[in-house]
Amino acid sequence: MDMVAGKVKMTQQSVKSAMNPTDMLERPIRLTARDVTVHYGAKQALHGISIDIPDRAVTSFIGPSGCGKSTFLRCINRMNDTIEGAKVGGTIKLDGEDIYDPSLDVVELRARIGMVFQKPNPFPKSIYENVAYGPRIHGLARSKADMDEIVVSSLRKAGLFEEVKDRLNEPGTGLSGGQQQRLCIARAIAVGPEVILMDEPCSALDPIATAIIEELIDELRENYTIVIVTHSMQQAARVSQKTAFFHLGNLIEEGVTEDIFTNPVNKQTQDYIMGRIG
Amino acid sequence: MTDTLSTTRQASLDRTQRIRAGLRRRHLGETIFRGLGLAAIVLALGFVALLFVDVVRKGVPAFTQSNLHLAVTFDPELLKVDPAPVRDAFASQAEYTAASLKWQRDVAMLNWNKVVEASLRAAAPADVEIDSRQILTIAETDARHDIREMFVADPSLLGQTVEVDVLASANAANWIKGNIDRSLGDAQQQLSAPARALIDAFVENGTISNGFAWSIFTNVDSRAAPASAGLLGAFVGTVWMMLIVIILAVPIGVAAAVYLEEFAPRSRWTDLIEVNINNLAAVPSIVFGLLGAAVFINYLHLPISAPIVGGLVLTLMTLPTIIIATRGALQGVSPALRQAALGMGASRTQMVFHHVLPVTFPSILTATIIGVAQALGETAPLLLIGMKAFVASVPLTPLDQATALPVQIYLWQGNENRNFFEPRTAAAIMVLLAVMILLNGVAIYLRSRLEKRA
Amino acid sequence: MNALIVAGLLLVLLGVAYQSGWSRSRGLVTADGVNIHSRPQYHGSFVAIWAMVPALVILGLWAWFGGGLTRDYTVSLIPTDIMTSLDQVGLNAAIARIGALASGYGVTGESPAWEQAAGGALRSFQMLTFVGVLVLALVAGGAALIYARSRIDARLRARNAVERVVNLALLACSAVAILTTVGIVASLVTEAFRFFTFIHPFDFFFGTVWNPNNAGSAGNWGSYGLLPLLVGTLMITAIAMLVAVPVGLMAAIYLSQYAPPQLRAVAKPMIEILAGIPTIVFGFFALVTVGPFLRDMGNLVGLSINATSALTAGIVMGIMIIPFVSSLSDDILNQVPRTLRDGAYGLGATQSETIRNVLLPAALPGIVGAFLLAVSRAIGETMIVVLAAGNAPVLRGNPFEPVATITVSIVNQLTGDTDFTGPQSLVGFALGLTLFVITLGLNIVALYIVRRFREQYE
Repeated sequence: MDMVAGKVKMTQQSVKSAMNPTDMLERPIRLTARDVTVHYGAKQALHGISIDIPDRAVTSFIGPSGCGKSTFLRCINRMNDTIEGAKVGGTIKLDGEDIYDPSLDVVELRARIGMVFQKPNPFPKSIYENVAYGPRIHGLARSKADMDEIVVSSLRKAGLFEEVKDRLNEPGTGLSGGQQQRLCIARAIAVGPEVILMDEPCSALDPIATAIIEELIDELRENYTIVIVTHSMQQAARVSQKTAFFHLGNLIEEGVTEDIFTNPVNKQTQDYIMGRIG
Repeated sequence: MTDTLSTTRQASLDRTQRIRAGLRRRHLGETIFRGLGLAAIVLALGFVALLFVDVVRKGVPAFTQSNLHLAVTFDPELLKVDPAPVRDAFASQAEYTAASLKWQRDVAMLNWNKVVEASLRAAAPADVEIDSRQILTIAETDARHDIREMFVADPSLLGQTVEVDVLASANAANWIKGNIDRSLGDAQQQLSAPARALIDAFVENGTISNGFAWSIFTNVDSRAAPASAGLLGAFVGTVWMMLIVIILAVPIGVAAAVYLEEFAPRSRWTDLIEVNINNLAAVPSIVFGLLGAAVFINYLHLPISAPIVGGLVLTLMTLPTIIIATRGALQGVSPALRQAALGMGASRTQMVFHHVLPVTFPSILTATIIGVAQALGETAPLLLIGMKAFVASVPLTPLDQATALPVQIYLWQGNENRNFFEPRTAAAIMVLLAVMILLNGVAIYLRSRLEKRA
Repeated sequence: MNALIVAGLLLVLLGVAYQSGWSRSRGLVTADGVNIHSRPQYHGSFVAIWAMVPALVILGLWAWFGGGLTRDYTVSLIPTDIMTSLDQVGLNAAIARIGALASGYGVTGESPAWEQAAGGALRSFQMLTFVGVLVLALVAGGAALIYARSRIDARLRARNAVERVVNLALLACSAVAILTTVGIVASLVTEAFRFFTFIHPFDFFFGTVWNPNNAGSAGNWGSYGLLPLLVGTLMITAIAMLVAVPVGLMAAIYLSQYAPPQLRAVAKPMIEILAGIPTIVFGFFALVTVGPFLRDMGNLVGLSINATSALTAGIVMGIMIIPFVSSLSDDILNQVPRTLRDGAYGLGATQSETIRNVLLPAALPGIVGAFLLAVSRAIGETMIVVLAAGNAPVLRGNPFEPVATITVSIVNQLTGDTDFTGPQSLVGFALGLTLFVITLGLNIVALYIVRRFREQYE
């Protein structure tokens, strides 16, 4: 318990120390979105979102529920394709390549842009098979040994290996909530994505599990571009370098996290951060 | 730093390459899988279409019947009988009744086939050579009864000639409609060559014409005169059974569902009832037939072959359907409505009967109709309680001998005169399906009406 | 006629009782200032229930014991010298003749004087008892009415009393389901045990020859081996499953995962139409269309296929079960949470990979349950096999040959014949018991699996 508490404390310190606005802004842009709109049937959910996502940093989307932050996140790896009646407009480019280009294969796109969901959703398979699933369908492992290595290194990167190394063949659904979520992160990492989208990854977890995941996100930032949707302003402040505030389907304000929280330009942002809307 | 960056870039490119290599194969798999799904749908729908087309194609011809228009002469030479007694000639009613019964017996003893034969010969072309037995195979055997009854009803017909329509025999109808292969040799034909030639001549000269087969709807089953066999008896038998099912299964089923859902304390006992109901819904129907034979007929001595027994058996079969559907409807009622009613000071019983049940009425109604439609087509249990007996009368009460529509289908498909009865069986199936579609249509219509109003 | 009179009088009693309770209650209302516990309708119902119960009890007792009493009385009318000359059958005939005379229909043949006299006596006895019982019932009902009415006052908790009765009535209705099961089990078990007094259970369950001697008598009953029927049943069921499971499951997958909404709106009810078609119709279809078609196809490829065979019956039964499998599978697939699908899509799985690797394994227990329910339905299906399986109870494994099943043999041995005296008809119950146990076992396992599956994702 003490150790975990220490971890939490350490996490906060390490995150704080890593928050260097200028460092963040010098990073190249990985994703650009221009005038993105989403319609569900006749209802418009997003009104012309334009934003740049920096490489190998954590960008967080905040805002009250129903503000469109998750909808926008799901546009980035075209998860909205699986929802009947959803129509996406505008352009989103990954490394200058339009991801809504008809010639682009959505399967390939999703291998490059992984996703972690709100509720931990391990497949009803063993821990090993959960992680191996992505590499297997994409044909990434040449041999069994290759696959073993991918699984172990992914579990390690997700900080789960030490906890589960003796029971890789047990069902993934038997893990605790926080472990399940880290398994899902390992599963996403195993495919070797460049971008990882996280849709409120801690909302179903207790505070201790949340702290562990937050620490993990901070570590992953070294190698991955991470976009995280969160309803917790504290979390955004702790883990992200860039923050965007959404309200009623509009992107109200974006910028360096520290600036957004200490010195918001927009009145609505200010109200939200002060807890007057939410 | 740049070094590591370029190696990760390289690894990423490598990965992309490998993913791309597998894409074609994976998308092909996707297309095949999707195609299989579509094929399954097409196959399933194809079966529906095939079945309906097949039944209709086979059944439609049976809705036309071949009528013989005959000029029947009540020839005194052939009908040697005393004049009918008149009431005035007798002292008492009893004597008159006795005399009139004796006269009717005498009339029945006359050879009415001669009358039928004479009228057939009268309609035939002059040069036809055919013997009596052969010519009589053209008209349905009950023609002579119809003509005799005309005479009994009006004895003054003696010596007169009347236009009468009688049915052509089943074999003649087969020949006319081509139900039997016309090129078959004499040995395989059911009618003799002269009879077949005469039928063609009759069609030629208009003595035989085809009309809509009302007899299917207005007649009861008949073995002696297959061409006149109809569904009326079976239909009425089915109506009796459905009435019994509705009268018994709906109140009991709804009451049981209300009890289990609203009043019963959660206990082992109600768990048992619940498991029991789910299992009853899946018990093969023939087992209910065994129950009916052993309990209702053998133990309680209810009349065999009677709609009352069939109705009771079908009630027990339908109960689980109605209970399960009603419980589903009750579970769907919003707790807000319940709390509102209880909050107003209504007792639990009042809440259920005044507020909850009325809301679920459309669902209960639909479930009832669907349950009844299911019971309507049930055949196997009815065979075991004797409802496959040949019954040539309309059951006037639920205690009379009767059969039912699906059983009539079973009986007809087993008739030896396949050429005639295969279309007629298909026609009976069309009637049964029409009733079921009608019932389901009513259910859908009522539900949409009632739900809109609610 | 009598039933109508009784029903009419009971209705009158009901109306009078309700009215009297109701009006008395209204009387309380006018006596101002009193806080009345229940509304007038409840007082009316309260009195009505009180009045109906004794009347119905008396009528019920008569319905139960009246027949026996009448019979005893009829027997007592037969002169002793004739009585001694009658055996059991003769006695029954005599009782029937006296009954017919009493009802006024008359009897065929000569009727001796004593018979006429007995008929007359029975007639007046029936008249007297009918009127007597009816009057007794009405008097008892009336007395209860007056008593109940006298109990009505402002504090009487009539509503609670009425609701208790309503509750009891509801409980009784739900007990009907239990009684049905008890009735099924009791009748199957007792009659099957009677069968086993003729034929040893071992010879039944493990016998390989089915050849009942329907005209046989003691010592020459014929053979009643279950195995040929069981093999026939299982063969047809297996063929049916081979047709129904792939088609039904793929149809469910396509409809729930791929089909555009318009197609789903049309196709789903169309497939469900298949489920509503009576089995006799499928039987006819199998007999006149599918069977001959299969035979001709067999001839084309040089296979000898009978028009009525296990194959014909199995294929058509499979068609019948398609909607059953597809709607159950559809339900189950929809129970799998969306987040699991999203997880697979998020990794870049194609739709079919998601379905095959994630959705189906997750839904597997539920689908197995659905499969078992379908098997149980196929095993118990009767009319298709009666018409299309060819009824040849021979132990063999060729699906192109005619076979017989358990259900077919029940129908053959038990069509309306209810003098359950020999093994020829009693075997129907032994077969029914076998069928019931098999299907019950499958259902219980299947329902258990499906329930566990639902709980897993709730």
